[in-house]
Amino acid sequence: MKALRDTWLVYSRAMKLNLKQPVWLVVMLIQPLYFLILFAPLLNGLDGAPGFEAGAMETFVPGLIIMMALFGSTFVGFGLIAELRQGVIERMRVTPVSRVALLIGRTLATVTTTLIQALILVLLASPIGGLTINWGGVILMFGIIILTSFMLGALSYGVAIVLKSEDTLAPVLNTVVQPIMLLSGIMLPMALAPSWLQNVADFNPFYYAVEASRSLFEGDLGADAIWQAAVFIGGLAIVLVWWASRKFARAVA
Amino acid sequence: MLIETKGLKKTFKSRGKEVEAVRGVDLSVKEGEIFGLLGPNGAGKTTTMRMLSTLIEPTEGQATVCGHDLARDSGGVRRDIGFVGQEGGTWGEVTARDELVMQGRLYGMSKKQSAARAEVVLEAFQLSEFADRLVKTYSGGQKRRLDIALGVMHEPKLLFLDEPTTGLDPQSRAHMWDEVRGLRERGTAIFLTTHYLDEADALCDRVAIIDHGEIVAEGTPLELKKEVAGDVVLIGVTERFEEAKAVLGGKEFVRETEAGEPDPATGIATVRLYVDDGAAALPELLRALDAASLAPASIELHRPSLDDVFLKQTGRSLREEN
Repeated sequence: MKALRDTWLVYSRAMKLNLKQPVWLVVMLIQPLYFLILFAPLLNGLDGAPGFEAGAMETFVPGLIIMMALFGSTFVGFGLIAELRQGVIERMRVTPVSRVALLIGRTLATVTTTLIQALILVLLASPIGGLTINWGGVILMFGIIILTSFMLGALSYGVAIVLKSEDTLAPVLNTVVQPIMLLSGIMLPMALAPSWLQNVADFNPFYYAVEASRSLFEGDLGADAIWQAAVFIGGLAIVLVWWASRKFARAVA
Repeated sequence: MLIETKGLKKTFKSRGKEVEAVRGVDLSVKEGEIFGLLGPNGAGKTTTMRMLSTLIEPTEGQATVCGHDLARDSGGVRRDIGFVGQEGGTWGEVTARDELVMQGRLYGMSKKQSAARAEVVLEAFQLSEFADRLVKTYSGGQKRRLDIALGVMHEPKLLFLDEPTTGLDPQSRAHMWDEVRGLRERGTAIFLTTHYLDEADALCDRVAIIDHGEIVAEGTPLELKKEVAGDVVLIGVTERFEEAKAVLGGKEFVRETEAGEPDPATGIATVRLYVDDGAAALPELLRALDAASLAPASIELHRPSLDDVFLKQTGRSLREEN
């Protein structure tokens, strides 16, 4: 009960801060919009080609949304470092507030902003890219976005509290996120990959997230990738939240 | 006793090497007093404070804080203490009122209770006028008052202040001392760290001097200074340093003699003499110098300060260390 109340407190503080700077919500949308306007048209001729059987936009936009969740959540640790430096985290750690709530409240705020961005992107993709929306699938896909964002947010906060410096956080996160993104088939479907690359991608949980998103967008709610994504990302999320909460409880800074 | 520690130790591992930041600290803090932990940078002040406020776990040793065992009941300790770190702990993008109410709620107050308490605290720290402005618009002194206001939202029995006046201008510093004394009058005990001698002397009821992770002296500032009985005479000479030290220190009324290295800028080396009665000693000392054909380059006579206590315990001057 106390942990829930504390989580809500930390969440509402973080959300209030997010909403005070709505410009970030927009900034984070600009990159996917560039892709939608300046890159997606290149794929239009591929409608029905191998890997694009369901349509070019219907293949590309789900990946784009996962990419946005990926970048939007991976770099939230930067905000935490600023708070660490100002002693805000330390001040909260001296209060009886639940240690887990300090992490989960913040992470849930990240999830919320990512969901808002995803929704806006879906709505914009329809008129801009001529995407057909299957709402049942989109709603389930938001479930995958929640898990993805939750997992990456926790990871980013955990790494931030270990490194305590923006200068090291940026390269570390980039090194981890770039291959994960390339190996997930976000830009082009992994069906186009040579078999060795395909084999490597099989170990990437985000590959399943992207595949699941595509299936859901097509309205194929029974695809294997959906439960695979839920299990892999959900499992990783639990491990990373546990790890990051411990870092929060013991942080020396 | 609000705090009692026994053999408190903290060892950090850094690049495979073990660093003993705190090596067995025993100290006690009484109800309603301002207790100061005085020492140079890196002496272990902040580490000691962070252990006592549950931010880091001691490597060894025991402590009770506000009646709770530090290791077994950190939750109980957290409820009864307030803590203001060196960085303060305020965030620029929020208003003082919002952050105070949030702080109260983190301590389990209802929204209503917390809002009412925030009102009282804002008034007490003269922040009402700026309560609804963003913290980033505050002056240094206002921000520092808010830091402390956050620390006392839940009316703790004991408030930890880590270097409360570092970086403040003299006026804000004087205000801060008044705030701290005001808190004590309202019944809150204060545990503060400082590397300022005058702060420890003027503000603290009791002081513990820490050096290299160990407490080297503990008592009221007066008691500590009495240990360095009598007066301190400083005589500067520019030549024949060893001889000067021997001549001055050879006088039967001199209790202790210490000689420093010559200052590279002025060429003056200072001989420090502890005597019972400075006024009577001074003419005798000058006569002795004269008899040895030595001329003093500078003369100083003063009552012992906490720096003399530090010097006596560690052989170094805290004033020079800072």
